[in-house]
Amino acid sequence: MRFLETFFNPAVIGQYLPDIIAAMWVTIYLAVATVLTGVLLGAGLACIRAANLKSVNFCIIVFADVMRALPPLVLILILYFGMPSVGLSLSAEVVIWLVLSSVLTAFAEEIFWGGLTAVPAGQWEAGRATGHSKFQTLIYIALPQAVRMGIPPLVNRILATTKLTALGSVIGVKEILSVASSAQSFSGSATPLTMAAIAYMIIFIPAVIASHWVERRFSYKM
Amino acid sequence: MSQHRAMLEIHALEKRFGQTEVLKNIDLKVREGELVFVIGPSGSGKSTMLRCCNRLEEPTSGAIMIDGARITDIPRRDLDKMRLKVGMVFQGFHLYPHMTVLKNVMLAQVKALGRSKAEAEARALDMLDQVGLKHKADARPSELSGGQQQRVAIARAVALDPKVMLFDEPTSALDPELVGSVLNVMKDLRQKGMTMLVVSHEMAFAREAADRVVFMDGGYVVEQGPPEEVFGNPKSERLKAFLSRVSGTAAA
Repeated sequence: MRFLETFFNPAVIGQYLPDIIAAMWVTIYLAVATVLTGVLLGAGLACIRAANLKSVNFCIIVFADVMRALPPLVLILILYFGMPSVGLSLSAEVVIWLVLSSVLTAFAEEIFWGGLTAVPAGQWEAGRATGHSKFQTLIYIALPQAVRMGIPPLVNRILATTKLTALGSVIGVKEILSVASSAQSFSGSATPLTMAAIAYMIIFIPAVIASHWVERRFSYKM
Repeated sequence: MSQHRAMLEIHALEKRFGQTEVLKNIDLKVREGELVFVIGPSGSGKSTMLRCCNRLEEPTSGAIMIDGARITDIPRRDLDKMRLKVGMVFQGFHLYPHMTVLKNVMLAQVKALGRSKAEAEARALDMLDQVGLKHKADARPSELSGGQQQRVAIARAVALDPKVMLFDEPTSALDPELVGSVLNVMKDLRQKGMTMLVVSHEMAFAREAADRVVFMDGGYVVEQGPPEEVFGNPKSERLKAFLSRVSGTAAA
């Protein structure tokens, strides 16, 4: 009974359910915005990298390495607490979106680039030999294959990165963990944290299931 | 076929990879509707010569003309258009694994040649019919045998109405029992008047179907002539040595 009272207190659930639900939407839209930005920019950077311009590629590689090396929390704190001192104030939501998108862009770029380099040279030759331009060969022949190869690691990375929306609690974004932990302080009950765990599962279990479907849908034998 | 004009002409072609001279001085003419077979030991530069003809490989010097137009010093932006006139079939087929067979044959028609989707689809189905694979239009390349994949690859190239078809060891990656179906498609193409330059080890097919056989060795064209001459009465020592080395196939 003590266990239920601590983690599943009905009165606390009733009181904080609307807040948690509102917070779920914040988490969802931050996650969706991060995925869209990160995957599209990552694919774009991988394509630009395929153009083989030395100085441009150097910048892309530095960006990808730095973004993958730094803990996202460090970037979040720098942008949120540091940038106002140089006259750039960003809202907490924008900071989370910016940092997580950049991190996902870096990983997605590396994943797509890895895929592009794994596309056999013969595919490029077949594309060029039938009169496609280099760009057409990239877009219609190489990239679709690179994306398919990249889907399993990309899905893992997307799940890992979107869960980091919880870091928003550090700078006051009203997402699930932040709302739940302040509810926990006010109520003195651990129940809001249980609610947060359940809320995350409601969002991410379907995402994991959808990812299995995507992996199956786009797989093919070589 | 000597009355026909030259469809593919190679003059003094040279190709070097760093210090290695692969093609030393190649002169070769393929007339309209002619099937020319290139044989020679591995490393003799056959494939490199073929790949220079659509500039997948950049010649070091020399000139190549397709249907009277020089392709060797055209600017890069005209390369794509030029390649529409030169079909190529690879040893490894290189079908696009993420598309159906039909889409494989349609892609360049739509994107590179600018045909409408309906027109490209009709042509693709017609081409697949000609290579006996219309019923596989909706299959993925991975569901096809090697011989079937190579026939699709031929359909994909011919659908663009090229002036010349280049075949780079089209049957070398195939199980022996699948070779015949690909050679039949090539014979068919020849009967329809396609100009073809074929690098291959299928000596029996060369005897039967080639108008001319070219023997390359060490970066030179050493000898050429009608198949019965080249196989029956080889003049150079190098060709004699080559034919005796491959006599298992040549005598067949």
